Amino acid sequence: MNTPALIREPHMADPDSFYEELIASQHGLSDEQADMALAKLVLILANHIGDRQVLSQALALARSNTLAAKP
Amino acid sequence: MLNTYRYPSFEYRRSAEQASAQTLCHPVVIIGAGPVGLSLALDCAARGLQVVVLDDNNTVSVGSRAVCYAKRTLEIWDRLGLGQKLAQQGIQWQVGKVFFRDEQAYQFDLLPQAQHKMPAMINLQQYHLEEQLVQACQQAPGVDLRWKHRVTDLEQDDSRVTLTVSTPDGPFRMQAKWLIAADGANSDTRRMLGLSFTGQAFEDRFLIADVVMKADFPTERWFWFDPPFHRHQSVLLHKQCDSVWRIDFQLGREADPEEEKRPDKVIPRIQAMLGPEVPFELEWVSVYQFACRRAERFQHGRVLLVGDAAHQVSPFGARGANSGVQDADNLAWKLALVAQGLAPEALLHSYHDERSAAADDNLRQSTRSTDFITPKSRASLRLRNAVLELARSEAFARPLVNSGRLSTPTRYANSPLNTNDAETFTSAIAPGAPCTDAPIEVAGQPAWLLEQLSGFTLLSFGAGAQPVSVAGVQTRVLELGRDLLDPQGLLAQRYDGQPGTVYLIRPDQHVAARWRRFDAQAVQAALGRALALH
Repeated sequence: MNTPALIREPHMADPDSFYEELIASQHGLSDEQADMALAKLVLILANHIGDRQVLSQALALARSNTLAAKP
Repeated sequence: MLNTYRYPSFEYRRSAEQASAQTLCHPVVIIGAGPVGLSLALDCAARGLQVVVLDDNNTVSVGSRAVCYAKRTLEIWDRLGLGQKLAQQGIQWQVGKVFFRDEQAYQFDLLPQAQHKMPAMINLQQYHLEEQLVQACQQAPGVDLRWKHRVTDLEQDDSRVTLTVSTPDGPFRMQAKWLIAADGANSDTRRMLGLSFTGQAFEDRFLIADVVMKADFPTERWFWFDPPFHRHQSVLLHKQCDSVWRIDFQLGREADPEEEKRPDKVIPRIQAMLGPEVPFELEWVSVYQFACRRAERFQHGRVLLVGDAAHQVSPFGARGANSGVQDADNLAWKLALVAQGLAPEALLHSYHDERSAAADDNLRQSTRSTDFITPKSRASLRLRNAVLELARSEAFARPLVNSGRLSTPTRYANSPLNTNDAETFTSAIAPGAPCTDAPIEVAGQPAWLLEQLSGFTLLSFGAGAQPVSVAGVQTRVLELGRDLLDPQGLLAQRYDGQPGTVYLIRPDQHVAARWRRFDAQAVQAALGRALALH
C-alpha cells in the first residue's frame, strides 16, 4: 500500500473565490476572534482529513516553510 | 520633468450647425473622446452610421493612465483597422515576477495560446493610443469629431435627446436619436441624469510615477509585496514604450497626496527601488484613490452609458479601458441595426444585460485583487503573507497570489440573445463567448479567422450551410473548404468543428448559436433571437 502523500500541487477549483470566502469569513470579527476562527478552521480541516500521515506532513511543512522565511 | 511626448492640440472649429442656428437631429452623439468613445465612433462609422463625438477638451489623455491592453481589446481594434499598428507600437510582455520582502516568491509566464494574430497583452501609454484613435476618426468619413464642446444640459422624450452644448462661440442646441455617455468615471452626463453610482471606495492611496530610464531591465511585470525599499506596501513596475517605465507605489491610507507628489519626495522612493547607480528622470506623477462601483442600469431611455461612466474598477488587472472598449464593441452593431431600422429598440436592452454582467465580473475580479494587495484586517494580512511565503516552494499556493488577474473577455452566458446548445460540444466557445482566433488560409494566402468576421456570419465546417435572412438582416456563409482552409487543423480543433458543424456568429464576433448540422429554420430562429425579435 502506498503511503498517502500531502498534495502540494494546485488541487482546488476556482482558488480566487475560495480566498474571497476565506477573507469574508473574518468579516466583522475582532483580531482575537479572527485568530480563534482560524485556529478552529485548522482543527475542523484536520479532523476532516483524518489521515495522520498527511496531517504530520502538513504540520512539518507549515513549520519548515515558516522557519525558512526571514523574520 | 522630462517630456518624451508632445501633446497635440486639436483645432476647435465652429460647426455649421451652430453657425446656422438650426437644430439638427443626429442618429448618434457620443460624449467623450477617450479610448471608449473613439472606439465606439470608429465602430459605428464602420457599420455605416454617422456619429458626432463631443469632447470638452482639445488634446489626448494627460499622463499614461490606462497602459495595459489585452488580447480581446486588440482584436476589436484590429477589426477597426488599428490592431497591428498598436501591437507594433506597444511593448509586449509575457513574464511576471512576484516578490515578497527581499526575495522572489515566484514567477509566471502568461503562456498565451499560440497562433493568434494579436498578442496576449501590450503596454502603451494612453496618449499614444488616443492619438492613433483620433487619427483614425479624422480619416473616417462617418465620424464628426468636435473639440471644445461641453454638454451642459440634456433632456429626452420618446424620440430624441436634446442637448445644450457650450463652445468657445457660446451655447447652442443639438439633438440625437441616441446619446452615448463615454465621459468617464466622473461622468457629467450621468450626473445630469441624476443617476447613482454605487459600490465600494478604497481608502488606500497610490502614487503613479512615469520615469524615463535607459536601464536594461527585462520587459517583465514586477510586483513587490512589502519590499525592503517600501515597507508594508506594494509596488508595481511595468515597461511602456519610449523608455518610459510605470511605477505604482501603494502609499497607505494616511498619505497626503499633495506632499507625496513632490519630486523631492518621489525621487528618493524611486532611487531606493532602482538602486543608487540607476539614472532616471521623472516624466509624470499622480496620486490617486480608487473605487469599484457601477450604475444600476446602463440604459436610460435614449441614453446609454459606456466605459468608466457605467462602471469603475480598481486598476489591478487592467479592466477599466479594456472592459470599456468591449462595451463599445457590444453596442456599436446594435446601435447600427436599430438606427437603420433593421432591429427593434429592444436589441439595445441587451447591451445592459450583457455588459452589466461583464461589469460585475470585472468588479468581482478587481475587488478580489485589491483585497489581496491591501488587506483590511490583521487576520487577512497574516493570511496574505502566509500565501506569499508558501508560494516560494509550494505550487499549490501560487494560484492564490493575486496581484491582478489580467483582463479576459466575459462570456455572455445568460444573454437573452443566445440560443443554447442542443448538442454536445467539447469546445468552450459556447453561445455568448467571443470567438477565439485561429490561423487559416484564404485565396492561397495565410490569414486569420477573426479578420473574416464583422457581420452576422455562419461559419460552416464543410458544405451545407445556406445564407439565411431575417427582417432584412442577412448572414454571410463562411465555408471551410470553399472560402477558407484550415491547413493546421487548429480551427476545427478550437471549435470542435466536425463535418457539418455550423456556428452563428454575431457582428461583435461573439457566438449566438451552434449546431451539428445546418437547419435553415433553426438558424432563422436563432438569428431572430440574436436581433431581439422574439
